Amino acid sequence: MSGTRASSGRTDRSGAHWLSALESEAIEIIREGIATAARPVMLYSMGKDSSVLLHLARKAFWPAPPPLPLLHIDTTWQFREMISFRDRIVARAGVALVVHVNREGLAAGVNPFSHGSERYTDVMTTGALRQALDAGEYDIVFVGGRRDEEKSRAKERVFSFRNAAHQWDPRAQRPELWNLYNTRVQQGESLRVSPLSNWTEADIWRYIAAEGIPVVPLYFAKRRPVVEREGQWIMVDDERMPLEPGEEPRLLRVRFRTLGCYPLTAAVESDADTPKAILAETLATHDSERRGRLVDHDGDASMERKKREGYF
Amino acid sequence: MAAALPSVRPPLRFVLCGAVDDGKSTLLGRLLRDCRQVFADQMRKVEEDSRRWGTRGDQADLALLVDGLRDEREQGITIDVAYRTFETARRRFVVADAPGHEQYTRNMATGASNADLAVVLADARKGVLPQTARHTRIAAMFGIRHVVLAVNKMDLVLWDRSTFEAIADGYRSLARDAGVEKLQVIPVSALTGDNLTRRRESTQWYSGPTLLEHLETVDVESSIDGESFRMPVQYVNRPNSDFRGYSGRIRAGRVSVGDRVRISPSGTETVVGSIVVWQGTRERAERGDSVTLTLANEVNVTRGDVIAEAFDPPGVTDQFQANLIWMSDRPLVVGRSYLLKIHSREVTATVTRIRYRLDVSRGSMLAGTTLNLNDLGTVNIATNRPITYAPFDRYPGLGSFIMIDPTNNETAGAGTINFALRRASNLRWQDFHVTREARQELKLQRARCLWLTGLSASGKSTIADLLEKRLHAEGHHTYLLDGDNIRHGLNRDLGFTEVDRVENIRRVAEVARLMVDAGLIVIVSFISPFQSEREFARGLFEPGDFSEIFVDASIETCAARDPKGLYARAMRGEIGNFTGIDSPYEKPGNPDLHLDTEKLGPEECAELILRRLL
Repeated sequence: MSGTRASSGRTDRSGAHWLSALESEAIEIIREGIATAARPVMLYSMGKDSSVLLHLARKAFWPAPPPLPLLHIDTTWQFREMISFRDRIVARAGVALVVHVNREGLAAGVNPFSHGSERYTDVMTTGALRQALDAGEYDIVFVGGRRDEEKSRAKERVFSFRNAAHQWDPRAQRPELWNLYNTRVQQGESLRVSPLSNWTEADIWRYIAAEGIPVVPLYFAKRRPVVEREGQWIMVDDERMPLEPGEEPRLLRVRFRTLGCYPLTAAVESDADTPKAILAETLATHDSERRGRLVDHDGDASMERKKREGYF
Repeated sequence: MAAALPSVRPPLRFVLCGAVDDGKSTLLGRLLRDCRQVFADQMRKVEEDSRRWGTRGDQADLALLVDGLRDEREQGITIDVAYRTFETARRRFVVADAPGHEQYTRNMATGASNADLAVVLADARKGVLPQTARHTRIAAMFGIRHVVLAVNKMDLVLWDRSTFEAIADGYRSLARDAGVEKLQVIPVSALTGDNLTRRRESTQWYSGPTLLEHLETVDVESSIDGESFRMPVQYVNRPNSDFRGYSGRIRAGRVSVGDRVRISPSGTETVVGSIVVWQGTRERAERGDSVTLTLANEVNVTRGDVIAEAFDPPGVTDQFQANLIWMSDRPLVVGRSYLLKIHSREVTATVTRIRYRLDVSRGSMLAGTTLNLNDLGTVNIATNRPITYAPFDRYPGLGSFIMIDPTNNETAGAGTINFALRRASNLRWQDFHVTREARQELKLQRARCLWLTGLSASGKSTIADLLEKRLHAEGHHTYLLDGDNIRHGLNRDLGFTEVDRVENIRRVAEVARLMVDAGLIVIVSFISPFQSEREFARGLFEPGDFSEIFVDASIETCAARDPKGLYARAMRGEIGNFTGIDSPYEKPGNPDLHLDTEKLGPEECAELILRRLL
């Protein structure tokens, strides 16, 4: 095989067969979770992975609507376009939506600017998620995690056990063999279930393109107001964002590879404005998608630590 | 979306294994980097991490690309299996990077269970180690027919041909013995990358493929032709009275609309009405597809049933022989109840006999009465209900199972079915006309089992006796099964070891079930110290027919009461395996009734049972 970048493996050769195998596997996982759950729920972030997951849940139970609610952890700092997208899509899918905000955090004015990304995420994301899961007493929680996202996730099971405090113990994972998932939990314990475990970022875009799945327009390149911070482009989504002295928002043609809270999610300069164009860019890029997530850089093994504490 | 190119082979799923320090993580990291599968920011991170954790001085330690857990970095080893997807121009790969340490063998088995091929590493300086043999045998047990032996660290033996040949020869006989069908041996250096993605031109004595070339071209697909259709039902989809669909993933063969199918284990036959997919229907579907079938007739199908080709239906059994790997710190106990999950069915199962334990390094059979963590063995298993099955080597999807410890829900074992045991298939459950309902109606009562558990001298027998007198006086038909009395007769052959205690309870529970079927109210007064046996007993009855009553008194109180002088003797060491002294009592976590006999008298306790449970 050639050693030069341009002609090496990162071209799009995986065909429909592979994608349909991934789809069948994900549907099998979703059905297995639902068949064994007392109180299932699906975390919904409006991101591309959430969009694919919801689409798969609709396919799994057709002609019935997905027999579970969606749960959105609203940090109040998400891009405005994400919220309008959420309300449109949820109505169309015929599923219930539960929205949870950490009210105490909100009242205390916790925000990503004055509290720092780590503290803010602990309160408004991880803390809020724990509150919502406790309140709903959910035993099976579907999430959009992929093993290619990050190293500790590459080690996580499809049905990943969480104790009553929602913690993940990487040393005590249940062996997971064949397609035989151990779905048993005791009162208070739960399973995080990742039907997209074996998908890659490119698979997600291939599937979105092939199935015509709607995604938040922020994924597509458009001129948007941004400022440069620590070498990354941050979008000025609303008036709550304090500008540094001398900082002047510029209009640049950018898009987002991942979506979260706008102050913590960096944009990339791009002209890709269709799923196919994004796929081509994804296959040619030099950086992982998580580079645009400021929260992952909070310290070594930061994602593993967050997950031990009950993060997504 | 790009169209599938006909020349592109189906994705290859492989597991990377071998003994610790043979260089698995380094090899995988190198393979990923050389296939341009590592992003620039990830590579920068590895260079930073290498300075902190690495073992390669100033060079980037490529193992850190894959060893993602904090403990792994700190200890410089791989603990858990990591899954990575990567692709080249010719093929897509899913690789499971399995740990080498013996204590993590179960994680290696996890990786092997979903692989088509195993890449086994051996250190050229050390050759084939016991762990290399162990991994090879586990891979073969989990159905892997294709193995690559990568003799690694060839740079450290200066690419010496005779060293390589000696290791290759030794491994060939091991692989043959383990049941590996196709073996490829390749000399490599994960550190320098030679013969991974790039041929080492200066080693002329080796003319075979590089590791990547072999992986890109090897054909591992088993043919779908010759398989009969099998689809375990995962989920019954019934949104309204007009639609009733059976959802599942096809494990073998193909199905078309109009095909005649049999529902297993019930044996009912019908015809496939439609194959429903998203917003439409299809004419046919095949192995690997997740679909929803509708059937031409109204038949009773539940989760765990298998819809199968009518002319070649799968087997049904409640006893079989299997290979089993044990994955729990708590050893396997013969006769103890575990949950067994096979395709989408969960049943209660017990290992009735350990035929032998496998010495995995040598492949020889050892006698054994138990299996410990990471042991492999061949066992007989009995299930409480018949299951639809197939031998693993013929239909892996119907021949693989996991065993779950019901007390803590951990996955304790995993196995593959060899064949059904004949005894079961010749025994048929006979249905008779006089039913339990008819019998209990005649007695004007509802039959049930009241199970009293507690330490010796906690007050079980006294309460049971009072309770039966009260019931009898009210005109009920009862029977009392008492621990001591049963041990004089039916269970005379049993002692007090853990295995015998398990069997003791099994027999009593079965007798109680027969008596409930006869229409009686059965009171069981047994120490029954283990949660799993009480759960087993509960599993024999219909929901609501079995009540667990915890007769509670502290060990100090019981020892002070000591009506038979047993505690005194046990404490003097004259009786072994005495519950509460040198054998454990597992308190019921969630009994139907909790009686504190330190606060309540026997009359009050009997009264409580009558009021709360009858």
